[in-house]
Amino acid sequence: MSATKKKRQKLLRAIVGWLVALIMFFPVFWMALAAFKTEQDAAALPPLLFFHPTLENFAEMSERVGYLRHAWNSISVSFISTIFALLLAAPAAYVMAFHGTNRTRAVMLWMLSIRFMPAVGVLIPIYLILVSVRLLDTTFALTVIIGLSNLPLVVWMLYSYFKEVPSEILEAARMDGARPLTQLRYLLVPLTAPGIASTALLSIILAWNESFWAINITATDAGTLALAIASFANSEGLFWAKLSAASLASVAPILIFGWIMQRQLVRGLTFGAVK
Amino acid sequence: MLPAIILLAIWMIVPLALTIWYSFQNYNLQIPPPEWGGLINYEFLLTDPDLPRVLKNTLVLVFAPIGVTVVLGTLLALLYDGPFPGRPIARLLVIAPFFVMPTVAALVWKNLILHPVWGLVSWLMKSVGLAPIDWFSTYPMTAIVIIVSWIWTPFTTLILLTSLQSLDREQLEAARMDGARSLATFRYVVLPHLYRPISVVVMLETIFFLAIYAEIYVTTQGGPGTETTNIPFYIFSRALQGFDVGLASAGGLLAVILANIVAFFFIRAIAKQL
Repeated sequence: MSATKKKRQKLLRAIVGWLVALIMFFPVFWMALAAFKTEQDAAALPPLLFFHPTLENFAEMSERVGYLRHAWNSISVSFISTIFALLLAAPAAYVMAFHGTNRTRAVMLWMLSIRFMPAVGVLIPIYLILVSVRLLDTTFALTVIIGLSNLPLVVWMLYSYFKEVPSEILEAARMDGARPLTQLRYLLVPLTAPGIASTALLSIILAWNESFWAINITATDAGTLALAIASFANSEGLFWAKLSAASLASVAPILIFGWIMQRQLVRGLTFGAVK
Repeated sequence: MLPAIILLAIWMIVPLALTIWYSFQNYNLQIPPPEWGGLINYEFLLTDPDLPRVLKNTLVLVFAPIGVTVVLGTLLALLYDGPFPGRPIARLLVIAPFFVMPTVAALVWKNLILHPVWGLVSWLMKSVGLAPIDWFSTYPMTAIVIIVSWIWTPFTTLILLTSLQSLDREQLEAARMDGARSLATFRYVVLPHLYRPISVVVMLETIFFLAIYAEIYVTTQGGPGTETTNIPFYIFSRALQGFDVGLASAGGLLAVILANIVAFFFIRAIAKQL
C-alpha cells in the first residue's frame, strides 16, 4: 500500500471514528448541558447550545428529587452489597481454584445458571416474604438481594484471578504451616489486588445501576437513585433541567468507574468466555 | 465455599419453589386467603388474549436490539481497532452509554431527544421540513429498541474489540501478502475469529433482553394498550397492579423457562472451556 493511501485511510478512520464517538456520547452530553440550564433554557426552541450556565439545579434537585437521601442509599447499597459478595465469594473462589474436586466445575456452572435466573420469576415470593417480615422498602433487603444476585459473577471473576496465581507459592506457604485463611489474606489478596479491585468495581457498577429490584421493592425510604429518577420522571416530567442535574449526578461517578476498568470489564461480563 | 453455596441455594430454591407453589393457587391479594386453584392460572395465562401480543413484544425486544447491536458493534469494533489520533478518548466516549443507568437513559431519550415538542430529533426534523413524530405513541416499540440498542452497542463493541486485539496480526499480514482484498480478509480471517465472541454476545444479550423492564417502566408503561408490554412488564402489571399473585407466578415461571433455554446453550458453551 502506498504511503499516501495509508495516510488517507487513517484520516478517514479518524473522521468517522470521532463522528461516531460524538454521536454515541451525544445524549449524555446533551443531558449534562441541560443540567446547567435554567428550566426556560432547557425547554427553549430552537434548542440552545450556548447559554448562561447556572448551578441552581444542583442546589434545588435535593429538594425536588431528594437527591442526597437517594444518593446515600445508592452508595450504601452498592458498597455494602459488594463487600458482602466479596466476603462470601473469596473463600469459595479460593477453594475452587486451589482445592478443586471433580464437582467444582458443576458448582461453578450451577452458580452461573443462578445468575441467569430472571428476577421476575422470583419477584412475587420475595415481595410477599418482605411484606410479611416487614422488610419492604429497606436498604437491608435491597442490599442482600443485590449482593446475592451479583455473587455468582463475583465468584467467577475472583476464581479467574486466583487461577493465575502459581499454586507453588501457596504450596510453599502451606509447608510453612499457613492455614487457608492466612494464605488467602496474606498471599492471595495482595497478589491479586488489581483483580479484586476490578471485581469490586464491576459489582458496584451493577449494583448502582440495578433498577428492577429498586423499582419493585423500595419506595421513598430505601429508594436508590435509579428509583428516584424513575419515579420523578413519571410524576413531574416537566422539570427537565433539575431532572437532568439529578441524572448527571447519578451517572457521573459510575461512568468514571466504568472508564477506569474498561479492560477488565469484558472478562467479568462474559464470565471469562472472552479475554 | 460452603456459606456462598448455601446462601445461593436458598436464594434460588426458596423463591423458585414458592413461585411454583403460588402458580397453582387461586390467590389475589385483595381477596385473601389463597386457595388451591390447580391449573387455573395456567389456563388463564395461556388463554389470555394479551398473551400472543406479549410474547411477540418480548421476542421483538430481544431480537431487534440484538440485530442492531451486533451489526453496529462489529462495525464499531473494526473502526476502533485501527489507530487514529485521539482513539483512546473516542473509545471512552463510545462505551459511555453502557454505564448510564437504564432509568436515566430512558428518561434522557424520552424527554430531551425524542420528545415530540422539545426533543432534539423533533427540532431537527422540523428544521428540514418534516413533521415531528411522537415516538412513544406512534412507534413506541421502535423508540424502546433505540434506547436499548444505544445502551448495549458499547457492550458488543467492547467485547468484539477485545477479541479483535487477540487476533494474530501475522495471519492478517499473510493474507494481505497473498493478495487478499480487505473484504476477503474480513470474510475469511476476521469474521471466523469473531464467531465465538459474537455468539457469546448473542446469548448474554438474549438473557438480559428477556428481562428488559426499566426502559419500559420509565417511557411507555407497557402502552399504548399492550403495544410495548413484554413478559416482565406483563407480570409486573398483573402482580403489583392487579394483585393477582397466582397468575403473575405462572407468568414468572414462563419467564424462567424461556431464560433457561438460552442459558442452557450459554452454559454449555462456557463449560467446554472451563
